[in-house]
Amino acid sequence: MKLLFEKSVPGRRGVRPCRSDVPTSIHINERLLRPKPPQLPELSELDVVRHFTELSRRNFGVDTNFYPLGSCTMKYNPKVSEIIGGYPGFADLHPLLPQLRMGGILTQGALQVLYETDLLLREITGMAAFTMQPLAGAHGELTGVMIISAYHRDRGSRRTTLLIPDSAHGTNPASASIAGYQVQAVPSDATGVMDVQALRRMLNDQVAGLMLTCPNTLGLFNPHIKEICRLVHEADGLVYYDGANLNAITGMVRPGDIGFDIVHINLHKTFATPHGGGGPGAGPVGVVERLADYLPVSLVVKRDDGTFALEYDRPKSIGYVAPFYGNFGVILRAYVYIRMLGREGLERVAANAVLNANYVKEKLKGHYDLPFAQACKHECVFSARRQMEQHLHAIDIAKALIDAGFHPPTVYFPTIVKESLMIEPTETESRETLDGFIEAMIEIARRAQTDPDSLRSAPRTTPVGRLDETAAARQINVAFPEVG
Amino acid sequence: MPFIANTDQQRQQMLREIGLRPEDLFADIPPELRCGRLNIPEGISEQEVRRQLTELAGKNSTELVCFLGGGFYDHFIPAAIDALAGRSEFYTAYTPYQPEISQGTLQAIYEYQTMICRLTQMEAANASLYDGGTALYEAMTMALRITGRNKIILDDSVNPIYRVIIESYSRNLRIEFVPTRNDDGLANRCEILENLDAQTAAVIVQNPNFFGCVDDYRDLSVAVHEKGALLIVSCYPLALGILKTPGAMGADIVTGEGQSLGLPLSFGGPYLGFMATRRQYIRKMPGRIAGQTTDAEGRRGFVLTLQAREQHIRRDKATSNICTNESLCALRALIYLSLLGPTGLQEVAQRCADKASYAYQRLTALPRVTSRFHRKWFFNEFVLDLPGPAADVIARLVEKGFAAGFPLSRYYEDMDRSILIAVTEKRTKQEIGMLAEALEAQL
Amino acid sequence: MIPSDLWYTKEHEWVRFDGQSATMGITHHAQEQLGEITFVELPAPARRIKAMDPIGSVESSKAASEVYSPVAGEITEVNGRLESEPELINQSCYQDGWLCKIQAQGGPETFGLMNAGQYEQYLQEQ
Repeated sequence: MKLLFEKSVPGRRGVRPCRSDVPTSIHINERLLRPKPPQLPELSELDVVRHFTELSRRNFGVDTNFYPLGSCTMKYNPKVSEIIGGYPGFADLHPLLPQLRMGGILTQGALQVLYETDLLLREITGMAAFTMQPLAGAHGELTGVMIISAYHRDRGSRRTTLLIPDSAHGTNPASASIAGYQVQAVPSDATGVMDVQALRRMLNDQVAGLMLTCPNTLGLFNPHIKEICRLVHEADGLVYYDGANLNAITGMVRPGDIGFDIVHINLHKTFATPHGGGGPGAGPVGVVERLADYLPVSLVVKRDDGTFALEYDRPKSIGYVAPFYGNFGVILRAYVYIRMLGREGLERVAANAVLNANYVKEKLKGHYDLPFAQACKHECVFSARRQMEQHLHAIDIAKALIDAGFHPPTVYFPTIVKESLMIEPTETESRETLDGFIEAMIEIARRAQTDPDSLRSAPRTTPVGRLDETAAARQINVAFPEVG
Repeated sequence: MPFIANTDQQRQQMLREIGLRPEDLFADIPPELRCGRLNIPEGISEQEVRRQLTELAGKNSTELVCFLGGGFYDHFIPAAIDALAGRSEFYTAYTPYQPEISQGTLQAIYEYQTMICRLTQMEAANASLYDGGTALYEAMTMALRITGRNKIILDDSVNPIYRVIIESYSRNLRIEFVPTRNDDGLANRCEILENLDAQTAAVIVQNPNFFGCVDDYRDLSVAVHEKGALLIVSCYPLALGILKTPGAMGADIVTGEGQSLGLPLSFGGPYLGFMATRRQYIRKMPGRIAGQTTDAEGRRGFVLTLQAREQHIRRDKATSNICTNESLCALRALIYLSLLGPTGLQEVAQRCADKASYAYQRLTALPRVTSRFHRKWFFNEFVLDLPGPAADVIARLVEKGFAAGFPLSRYYEDMDRSILIAVTEKRTKQEIGMLAEALEAQL
Repeated sequence: MIPSDLWYTKEHEWVRFDGQSATMGITHHAQEQLGEITFVELPAPARRIKAMDPIGSVESSKAASEVYSPVAGEITEVNGRLESEPELINQSCYQDGWLCKIQAQGGPETFGLMNAGQYEQYLQEQ
């Protein structure tokens, strides 16, 4: 398919800007101007509409295909949230307005959404206070690590190390390192969860804390989790809950009750805001009472007269982590989702997500190697080890699934399982959909035996076949060259 | 149950088939860790949620005539953007890990990167970052990595909202910050050159700067490069429809806030941080990057490339912890630029400048209202000094239906009487006249 | 695939000693693990290094690996061909795909390097 730039016709116009209704009195000095306008494509509005409509048809999304991408919680995104996100009272609201005197009163609805989402998240996680500012999950991690650092600094200690299990998402060590910490990986034990004995040996007075995803990236809940929190606290460290897998325990277990000190939540996962092809997300961070003073500024507070206001006077705060109050449009959609699910809906999220994952696991375990056989939580991890006898890899199974009409699971992560296939169905998927997927996976396992070449040549139903990623990295072409 | 597909009957059937009891699913969670009943209201229907949220939206005033800017602007958004970016094949997809079924997203990212390069006249752009502020922070750490130095010169005409973000992120890092004080509204050449030395990793400036003043940093880039340092320029992308580009000025890293390119203000986000650099620094750039390649049959396709820089491979040695970009926001910016084209973008930028200059003439003609900076060129935003505290006047104007501007006392100690006024193409001659009258009545 | 005249590290680097001049690269096993190499980051010549200092990295489209100096000394030369032909490491990791030369302050014993037999055993244990 052609690029926008290849469709350009000199002189063609799309949307026309408004006419000028003012006399021009000041002309900016020419030396400050660009000699020619930027070389953008020249297209009609219809050209643009056809182009992007055609592009959209080259994508799988949750609305078009089952999307069991492990660790990404690709659940259904309700349409009503999109409608509400577009209400002019929200979409057209300038973020500086509440910072003007008399402006706060004109943004009460938006401040109330932020305040109430904060309260709902406190109740869901068992934390004492939240910041809505972090703009993504990884941004929440960074904010959380900055809070850990501020806490220790405030107590006059400079600790250097954060402990992170070897199964963690790559963002954990990256966030810790960016905030100035050294990272030590805690090994997993034979059952696939963090090794408590190893943790015990690694704890010392240089350890600022532990970052943990629970259940972990194998979809396994660590039964010693309470003990783990206790050990870290005994060593004067803090325990950070990476909320990437919160969907597995939503409505059933609260990180705050377990003993975690800091939590971030990926609203785009657990609370069904659209993933947008890779963002925008939102990563609010919750903390226990003793850490509340370190949260970023500003915070939305409710005054005695029932109005909402922004509070800036927080001397121990880590400062600003985002330009305003977070990704408001994303927070708003999550708020709508939580209100619609309500208590009784939230209490069933985990139960259904976990049942769906175990259903897939049990039905496929005869056909694929299952490294950890115990009941999983929201996702299950298989290995393509058995298929390797036919010299096939996880990627071949993934590509064959595409031809069957399914988005593949996450492959090659977590790295502690060789040739891993990580499947997360979510609670919004029906049994019929799961059965279709299971059937396709079994058929692929069968073809791996009888006709392995057919898997190696997949996918065949897509606009392009497997792409040469080595060539992309060697001959770097990241922008279409300009003409002339 | 809303959004949960399986019926009770189906669940029982599924459990039976896999030979498990409901309690088996959570046997690994110690019973004492289970939470009781959540203190959260019962769920509500779509009809109810729309009624309640309509009510909440109604408590926000969008009726004010908006002259607020500060890096975030009330620009016109063509209808086709919502229609196209609202296609759920785009918004319900995720990061394009499987390129064969993500060519829509990947080609759009490649086209977006190309647009950003052409707009800024730089050689390589990434797939986007969270917002203009975090993008500027990422540019700074990129300069530290490239140069292996630790000193940053940061002029106070750079958006203070970004400066405070950079400050909080840098608290644990060994960075020597040298803040310089603007020289009558422009980046302070004397102070910057005085501090520029062999330890300097980068000089950070903005164009148009926070006060709306337009500059040419060619002289600075020459001086900066002589010392082996980098020039980072934060910019306003819509203004690049007419303004000299950071690329032409010799910038090494360019960032900015893309909200002006077809994104709603949405009370502070989601927004769009963009970043572009020179070819030689591409491997030091954070974030996703889409690249062109081919399949076995020679068909062109796009993939995420140079992933070895990123957190999922490099973990604690990655260029950044960033995992996602702001793909949907970048898509909106791409559609905006496609719809306007070169002439359209030039016209919108020119309208903004024209209307701002008209407003400037009208407002500086008022008694006791003066221009803060002398004989400086501005794009669509300017600073005026009022006879009394600006915050008071602004508060009274809010009551008259105007978001007249932003009081600079919030970030600059000696600017108690200064107001920052932004004018976009959406403001009419009549609205500008009404603001002038309302302001005159308050003086 | 483990030449007997070279010395090895646990990080899968090899060294060839020619008097005090040490030529180093990554082993067959290392390049196989990485897959098709797309980029090599080389150290600056004349840089003084300690043993096991990180001196560069090797990337494929899906993985990346730091390269550590097997010896202490001063970098005297880097393999400039790798800039445009990173695939040399896949094709000829012990010859054309060498990474750099170091004026070494000591021999194999000084830096506790493994001989071919020891390295082979180490690989089997992994």
